[in-house]
Amino acid sequence: MRYAMAIDTKKCVGCSDCVVACQTENNVPLGYARDWIREINQGVYPHLHMEIRSERCNHCDNSPCVRSCPTGASHYEEGGIVKVTKNKCIGCSACIVSCPYDARYIHPDGYVDKCTFCDHRLKKGELPACVSVCPTKCMYFGDLDNPESEISQLLNKRLHKVLIPEAGTGPRVYFLH
Amino acid sequence: MTEDIIVSGRMNHLIDPHLEVWEWQIPAYLFLGGLAAGILFFAGLMVLTGREDKYPAAVRKAPLLVPVILVLGLFFLFLDLKHKLFFWRLYTTIKLGAPMSWGAWVLLLVTPLSFIWAALNIRELFPRWDWKYDILKKLEAFFRKYRTYLAWAMVLLSVVLGIYTGILFSAFNGRPLWNTSILGPLFLVSGMSGGAAAIVLMSRSREERHYFARIDLLLIFIELVLIVHMFMGFLSSTQTQIDAAQLFLGGKYTAPFWIFVVILGLVTPAILELMEIKHKRIPWVAAPVLVLFGGIMLRMIIAFAGQVSHWNV
Repeated sequence: MRYAMAIDTKKCVGCSDCVVACQTENNVPLGYARDWIREINQGVYPHLHMEIRSERCNHCDNSPCVRSCPTGASHYEEGGIVKVTKNKCIGCSACIVSCPYDARYIHPDGYVDKCTFCDHRLKKGELPACVSVCPTKCMYFGDLDNPESEISQLLNKRLHKVLIPEAGTGPRVYFLH
Repeated sequence: MTEDIIVSGRMNHLIDPHLEVWEWQIPAYLFLGGLAAGILFFAGLMVLTGREDKYPAAVRKAPLLVPVILVLGLFFLFLDLKHKLFFWRLYTTIKLGAPMSWGAWVLLLVTPLSFIWAALNIRELFPRWDWKYDILKKLEAFFRKYRTYLAWAMVLLSVVLGIYTGILFSAFNGRPLWNTSILGPLFLVSGMSGGAAAIVLMSRSREERHYFARIDLLLIFIELVLIVHMFMGFLSSTQTQIDAAQLFLGGKYTAPFWIFVVILGLVTPAILELMEIKHKRIPWVAAPVLVLFGGIMLRMIIAFAGQVSHWNV
């Protein structure tokens, strides 16, 4: 089982519903965000190009955060989800420093926190909060190891990219062109 | 023209607007750890090459500082932790892929070792020291008997201590400025240079000061070569690393790096030591103090500049 997320950049309008849903669902402390909307504008008027992306932890295949954690607090769970065991985390920030995507943050209580692909919802058969509230339905989530799953078929049909592939992290969040 | 904004307004504490998770505590520990490694390395080396009596400050005096240095360094590391109550979790596992784990275990070995070596040489400080209790006297006799093994342990463990912090930084994917395998050797050589400088400062023998000043000169030369190679590496690497190197080649950290680390911390002490070798009269304190200053500045600047450097998503 390999969980992955795909986001259709043609349909994302940057409404930030996914950001708010995540903060509500996961009791993210005020002022912190596990996911965010990034807008990239290129060119000079009138020849402009815009890309809007909903970004979060990419739950990488070869994640530097898991590798650099000295206590094993950062670890892989079923489906390749990267999680942090709070009572093993010492707050050394090695994982934060090693993430090229700046996906992690230090929770006010001292341990390191980040997107968990809402695994507590996955266990109940639901989708992650962000995916489930998207008004344009541009977010997809599923099992890459299942060739019949929606996400596997989408990735076969549509051109897609990942963020900073050259960092060698093997991210599992795909952006459909 | 490219404009890249997080429109949903992320402002994660210490992450935005740019990474600032590590403050002075980390460079302070890096410096102290490197210094301890340098002193222990030379102490062990001089014992193993039979030059213990020729260089008493290296073998007996300077190592007296190391337990204090290490405990202070460990305290600074502890201060940096954001989830302090769980620090003991470092010692419930060994993670071979995490240099921080190697460091935790190496320190667990080196710190008692440094206490033992300092205890064996306590009479440098208190000439009439008496262990009083039989068990302590027996322990002293035991360790004195196996000094050669202790010296071997000091040489090997101090190299690991000196190099692992550089390897630690270089293993963090997220910081392009640190992503160079030169950083490990650079920190090791800098630590050894600091150790040699500390020995010069503590020595009362002209011959010993000259010898370690010469060693320091060689180490400074090696450091300069490593720094040149580090930049060559960045500039011939990916665009991300070329951009990261600009922090030292016109960007925010250019002046501090070249003035404090290179000119004051490396080139000036090298010139002073060369002049000393040519028998010009120089205050012998000048070069070692500058070397130690350069050592702390190197670590501070690299720690802070590295956190500013980032990939472009």
